[in-house]
Amino acid sequence: MSSLKEKDRPIVQLLLNTGTCPRCIFRFCCVGSQAPYKRPYKDLMKELKEFLKKNPEEDGIVCFEVPDPPCKRIRLENTEEGPDDLNQNGVLEQIPLVNEDNTALESSAVKVCSVCLGILQEFCEVDFVKKVCQKVKSADYQFTSFVFSVSLPPQLSVREVSVYNILGYLNAEKLGLSLAKDDIVQLKEAYKWIIHPQLSEELGVPADGKSLFEVSVVFAHPETDEECHFLARACPDCFKPAKNKQSVFTRMAVIKALEKIKEEDFCKHFSCPPSSPKNYCVALEIQCSNSAVFVAGKYNKYSRNLPQTPWIIDGERKLESSVEELISEHLMAEFKADSFNFSSSGREDVDVRTLGNGRPFAIELVNPRRIHFTTEEMKGLQQTINNSSDKIQVRDLQLVTRSAIGHMKEGEEGKTKTYSALVWTDKAIQKEDIAFLDDLKELNLDQKTPLRVLHRRPLAVRQRIIHTMESEYIDEHHFRLRLKTQAGTYIKEFVHGDFGRTKPNIGSLLNRTADILELDVESVDVDWPPALDN
Amino acid sequence: RRAAVAVGGAVAVTAVCAFADVKGRPREDFCVLQHSNRRIQYSNYDSSYRICVITLAEAHPLLQNGKAIKSINYQISANCSRLQNKVSGKSKRVWPGAQFLTEFAPLCRISSSDGEEYTIYSCIRGRLIEVNENILNNPSILQEKPSTEGYIAVVLPKFEESKSITQGLLTQKEYEEVLLKRLNSS
Repeated sequence: MSSLKEKDRPIVQLLLNTGTCPRCIFRFCCVGSQAPYKRPYKDLMKELKEFLKKNPEEDGIVCFEVPDPPCKRIRLENTEEGPDDLNQNGVLEQIPLVNEDNTALESSAVKVCSVCLGILQEFCEVDFVKKVCQKVKSADYQFTSFVFSVSLPPQLSVREVSVYNILGYLNAEKLGLSLAKDDIVQLKEAYKWIIHPQLSEELGVPADGKSLFEVSVVFAHPETDEECHFLARACPDCFKPAKNKQSVFTRMAVIKALEKIKEEDFCKHFSCPPSSPKNYCVALEIQCSNSAVFVAGKYNKYSRNLPQTPWIIDGERKLESSVEELISEHLMAEFKADSFNFSSSGREDVDVRTLGNGRPFAIELVNPRRIHFTTEEMKGLQQTINNSSDKIQVRDLQLVTRSAIGHMKEGEEGKTKTYSALVWTDKAIQKEDIAFLDDLKELNLDQKTPLRVLHRRPLAVRQRIIHTMESEYIDEHHFRLRLKTQAGTYIKEFVHGDFGRTKPNIGSLLNRTADILELDVESVDVDWPPALDN
Repeated sequence: RRAAVAVGGAVAVTAVCAFADVKGRPREDFCVLQHSNRRIQYSNYDSSYRICVITLAEAHPLLQNGKAIKSINYQISANCSRLQNKVSGKSKRVWPGAQFLTEFAPLCRISSSDGEEYTIYSCIRGRLIEVNENILNNPSILQEKPSTEGYIAVVLPKFEESKSITQGLLTQKEYEEVLLKRLNSS
């Protein structure tokens, strides 16, 4: 066996005796190349035994000498165990695997590995690969690569440390070499070496760590779940109280505790080497998911009776539909997503229209099954949305990256907006009475938090600027007012004065009582997303 | 009064509730204007909150001809000034610092030049959000525009009490009947 060296012999011997599978043995022998792991299990077993037989020194010697590992010493002191627990060599074993001629016990059934609990055994086989791929295919996702993520039960880390403790001792004494922990091949890494090519072949796409499509498997081994519990007694501060009633023994917490705990303490509470389990791990869940995709655009709102988000109180819908539903409905259907998150650059009231080029918005589509859309297809989607409702219209519909969303929100402070308001006055006005409004430039307002939002905004005074105004006389009690204002200006309050809490206001400027009958957003001056030739 | 029901006017008023003859003092009536929040919608939370504005009702002595206001005082006791109401801070929903008012909590005391003194009461339970400082600087607004710029205070009822808050008060119609009765009896 070319991957194994002479120096590995004692490790191989010991681990084979303690019920470790060939691939885990390779890992602890720091076999760093992928090829050996991919070979069939039966072949590996066979060759390991042959490797052991080849030793000219061995010749019938029962076992080489293994100096007492610390855990064994402590156990002897406690005299808890009977003589049966120790073999001729005094090495503590849970399973008597070693025969006199030093071959591993032949058995028809493959014993569950005491280190990987079957991960590098059964779960590398074709049957499991097929099971995963079947799940992927039936989930009907669109993908060009995959990332395979695996969640292992925390007790695997404990068992790994248990073996490491034995070996560390073994090597130090026998060979005067220190076993570098970093050279031991990690279980997850070896597993991926073996399974990625198989998955890749079956699915027809490459494995890629950066892939947007994730296939995740959660493994569990209920039989040994309690093995981690001793760590809570040894390192209580590593285990925070459980949220959501889930187990406190998370992988991270267990690893942290294992780093902290001293070797002697570990061996007091956990058998080194680890016991052989009866059962394999089980694959609890095989799930697929795609990373979110983002669709951006601009919307116009032509209804004065449409909220931006669904308006539901006590389970009762107050107003039919909403801007976000009218846009997202079709996107959800096309992208086949689980859910969506809608955001926009500012928002308008239920009774306010959005005209001009519209208001920028972005929709995050969560876990979409379909992710590839050509420009033409996006245009088609835009048309579908626009055909489905006259209350809203969208333009510049396009796929964008997550980072692009930042463009929508940033600099919102600095943007200007233009509005058109229909104003009513109590006392009569003539054309001359409102003409002066056109000459007011950079009008400074002091706006106290409007009464209508006081329940959810702190009481404060905001200084805002009305850059320009343009009036259009209609009759003695009505005129239209176009305004260009700083972002964050409350227009309605500027018109009616909000009980005198916005100063100046149209009423105070005209020396009358004024009120606002209609408001339209004429433009939102944000040049994102990029305009497409619609 | 208004030509049209405006798009969420100053306060899209749905409930104008009067509190007549407060504490047995004749004609000392108040009005509680309540915001309907019908036209704007940001969340379901918004639609349930009904902010209230406390004003003098039209029959109040201070609004009758010939009354001149001498002073308005928000210091209602040695320890309590309505001007020192803490409403800033992180918590938007609860306003922990704001003074909590019961129906008969005094908001301010107003004295007229003829020697009379009037106490303005909260009329509803809730947190005091602000008192109108404009009338301190310019008392005439109180008399000229009692229902708008001359308001007394803004009070935010408890979330759970938002809808029931005006139950003990008179509707516009009922108040008009009271006024009619007074007219007929005098």
